[in-house]
Amino acid sequence: MSAAITLAKHGACPVVISDAPDAGGQGYRKLNPHIDLDPRQIYGPEYHRYESLNRQFSELLHIIDYRPSTLAWAIYGGKAHVLRDGQASEIPYRGLILAPGATDRIMPVPGWTLPGVFSLGAAQIALKDQGCFIGRKVVFAGSSPLLLLAALQYRRLGATDLAVLDTTGFSRKLLALAGMRHAPRTFAQGLSYMRELKALGVPVRTGVELKEIEGRNRVSAIRFAAASGKEHRIGCDAVALGHGLRSETQLAELAGCSFSFDPALRQWFPKSDENGRAGERLYVTGDGAGIGGAEAAVAGGSLAAIALLEELGTPVKPGEKSGLQSKVSRLRRFQKSLARAFNWPHEQAATLPDDVIVCRCENVTAGDIRKAAGDDLGPVEVNRMKAITRCGMGRCQGRFCGPALAEITAAAAGQPIETVGRLRAQAPVKPLPLSAARSEP
Amino acid sequence: MAGKTQTVIVGGGLIGAFTAYFLARHGQAVTVLERSFVGAQSSGANFGNLRLQGRDPRQYPLSLRAQAIWEEFETLAGESIEYHRTGHLYIARQDDEVDKLEHHAQTARGHGLEIEMLGTAALAARYPYLGRDIRAATFCGRDATANPRLATPAVMRAARRLGAKVIEHCEVGSIGHKGGCFEIGTRTHGSFKADHLVNAAGAWGGEIAAWFGEKVPMFSAGPPQFVTEPLPYIVEPSMQMVDGSVIFRQIPRGNVIVAGYPRTASEAGSSRTLVPPAKTLSAMQTLGAIVPALGDAHVIRVWSGVEGYLLDMIPIIGPSSARDGLFHAFGCCGHGFQIAPGIGAVLCDLISTGSTQTPIEAFHIDRYRGDVTANEKIAREFDQSAAR
Amino acid sequence: MTEPDSSQTDVNGVSDQAELPLLIPAAARTGAIVTFHLDGRRLTAHKGESVLAAALQNGCKLRHSEFTGEPRAGFCLMNACQDCWIWTAQGQRLRACSTPVADGLDLHTRVPGTPDGR
Repeated sequence: MSAAITLAKHGACPVVISDAPDAGGQGYRKLNPHIDLDPRQIYGPEYHRYESLNRQFSELLHIIDYRPSTLAWAIYGGKAHVLRDGQASEIPYRGLILAPGATDRIMPVPGWTLPGVFSLGAAQIALKDQGCFIGRKVVFAGSSPLLLLAALQYRRLGATDLAVLDTTGFSRKLLALAGMRHAPRTFAQGLSYMRELKALGVPVRTGVELKEIEGRNRVSAIRFAAASGKEHRIGCDAVALGHGLRSETQLAELAGCSFSFDPALRQWFPKSDENGRAGERLYVTGDGAGIGGAEAAVAGGSLAAIALLEELGTPVKPGEKSGLQSKVSRLRRFQKSLARAFNWPHEQAATLPDDVIVCRCENVTAGDIRKAAGDDLGPVEVNRMKAITRCGMGRCQGRFCGPALAEITAAAAGQPIETVGRLRAQAPVKPLPLSAARSEP
Repeated sequence: MAGKTQTVIVGGGLIGAFTAYFLARHGQAVTVLERSFVGAQSSGANFGNLRLQGRDPRQYPLSLRAQAIWEEFETLAGESIEYHRTGHLYIARQDDEVDKLEHHAQTARGHGLEIEMLGTAALAARYPYLGRDIRAATFCGRDATANPRLATPAVMRAARRLGAKVIEHCEVGSIGHKGGCFEIGTRTHGSFKADHLVNAAGAWGGEIAAWFGEKVPMFSAGPPQFVTEPLPYIVEPSMQMVDGSVIFRQIPRGNVIVAGYPRTASEAGSSRTLVPPAKTLSAMQTLGAIVPALGDAHVIRVWSGVEGYLLDMIPIIGPSSARDGLFHAFGCCGHGFQIAPGIGAVLCDLISTGSTQTPIEAFHIDRYRGDVTANEKIAREFDQSAAR
Repeated sequence: MTEPDSSQTDVNGVSDQAELPLLIPAAARTGAIVTFHLDGRRLTAHKGESVLAAALQNGCKLRHSEFTGEPRAGFCLMNACQDCWIWTAQGQRLRACSTPVADGLDLHTRVPGTPDGR
């Protein structure tokens, strides 16, 4: 959205392809007009950014060729191959800015496939987009600053029976404080969430280990070990689960980006320069380029747009980029500190029970992966592991099992995580109906 | 690392695997050198068809020998490779294609296969989900399918249990010949000595043959392939349009696997073939027309492979003319999966006894000393830029 | 909101709290009423709601795993996890989180017309 606004302001007529029904990404997701929600209540102090971005975008819609609910299912030969209203078509481009965002990163917990377990992002979308809580008694579990924000949003809208289970210990957060000066505003925000939740009586436990989400056909409780080692159970009918974010990188790969491994975040990101440039007239920005959050996405989108305009020969004001560059890099540095503060519990991959499902789509368990790794000539690389076990081969293409698959493979093979590789992207990046091809010659 | 091995096989694909398996079973010392993972290229990325119908007539003895090995393979290896004797249906939608079906059927029957010819009424009764514009089809119950991703590692494991050495991530950099012995140099594992050398390097086999002065014009290409989400299991046999437009099968888990033409040239200097979206859409459209019940199926993944092709669309199998002790088995032109065990058995015959009962003269590398006529499939089944 | 016209049993044949809704409304709806069916039950929802929200305010599953038969009720709500594809009586599948609910939709959590519904 931010890139499109900048392009439009410079007289370019961008085409915006968005798989979502409304623009704004997940961070500043537009609220559903058919549901009586107050954006001030949902977005709190972020409301003004949300409002300004959406207003600017609306005002420029006569210049922006905006195509919502449109899936870019492949990038090939200088064209975006899209699916809209069930029909396939192609959009040629002069320059490409990819802003695919991120999803929650998940470390599986026994029982995480039960109805009532949603991703942390889903818990927020249920509220913003559908005006629903994911349950009557919701536990926000995992390792993410968004656990607090989501719990607070639920509390503000009237949910009463809530709890937060954070797998990262408090001392770890303090240790990570050193890096927090990169974005004091965001840090202060986190502290204020914590205070507000406490004041509202929402229990927040840190340093826990999630043991199991219990239930038959739906969630009935969550079991965890406290920092002391003592086991507890909280009765609940919903769990919002998230361990930070995982960049969407499929389109970047299909567009020809190369990738590098970030050891702090234990993830692969498309390589790009300080403007987001990843190739000839090719840019990546937002959480899909490097986890930075909504504010970084707004700055990064603008930056990529200006750099692309320059590359295409459109004059831009000198110095317009430098302010944005420092903002994006500052916010990304902050996110790295956050990643240390809210640890991805990768060490759990080694101890997950064998029968826990890792791949929801293909029903592959941790034990299946370990067995394959232990076989003579067994795979020690994730694409080979996928070929042998089908983990990551299903409808979601490894979006939700991928991070755990890599960790379990690395642990089983006794190898560092960066040596087991990265699941390769394949078109279509999301399911494509056979009927989409009907109009083709 | 070096030591004297009787046979070194360059290439850890399915042909290398079966050759190692049979040699080891025959008590021979054998080492496989694979530059990445076993079965990483077309051996692991192909469609997985074990089809006897419609093969090149010269290939039947080899194909039948191979099928007999596939039929007992899971017992031999002690593990599943998802082998299913599904049968295979060849489908005609035009009158002239019906003639082609009859011709194929006659050839196959001549080699002892039972081929059923099915008209529209029989097709509607047996396969009610097929579209109504189908004229006729032939069915061969001995045709089968297997999971190519599982096959090569399984054969290699079986070979290892019999004493074969299999070395992954071992790229061959040079091959010399001194005093009646091959010397194979690698960058990572020192050098190997061998009395016999098998060139089973797939799409890269032409390069190795060229080191010995045996030049074969080859090109690399791959078909567009895709798979759908899991759906209720209805399509039991694998099915193929005799015009080559599309071939598909459903596995009992429910996914429908599809391959189509034309094939695309592999990326130069790379080990991948990209799939142009237009080809995916075209194969999707054909599949929807043939099986209307799949009209709402969703495609979840596309892929291709790097397959080695030759102008006459048959592989190179047999002893080298340039060097005693060197054997070639590469360039399978997209149909190597089914014949691979036969090739392995034949190479074992040649290496351990000096001869084989299976006729393979048609596949000798010497045919490329003169002018070779291009198979009509070259014009039909490839992008025109691919087969140059 | 619910008008049950057939009793529902869960995957193990036990009729219990399994059909209590998963999602709880947190705000008023302003869209017009639409009528749809879910596993034979005639239900209502509001224009502007997704199939997922409409179904899960009246039940607790959208589909069953093809391989285990376990119920599933979506996960990410952002078109990514693909774990909310629900059947229609006509044999199509809709991604429940990204499809708006509409009048006359006839939704099924199992494959229509097959005994075990996988």
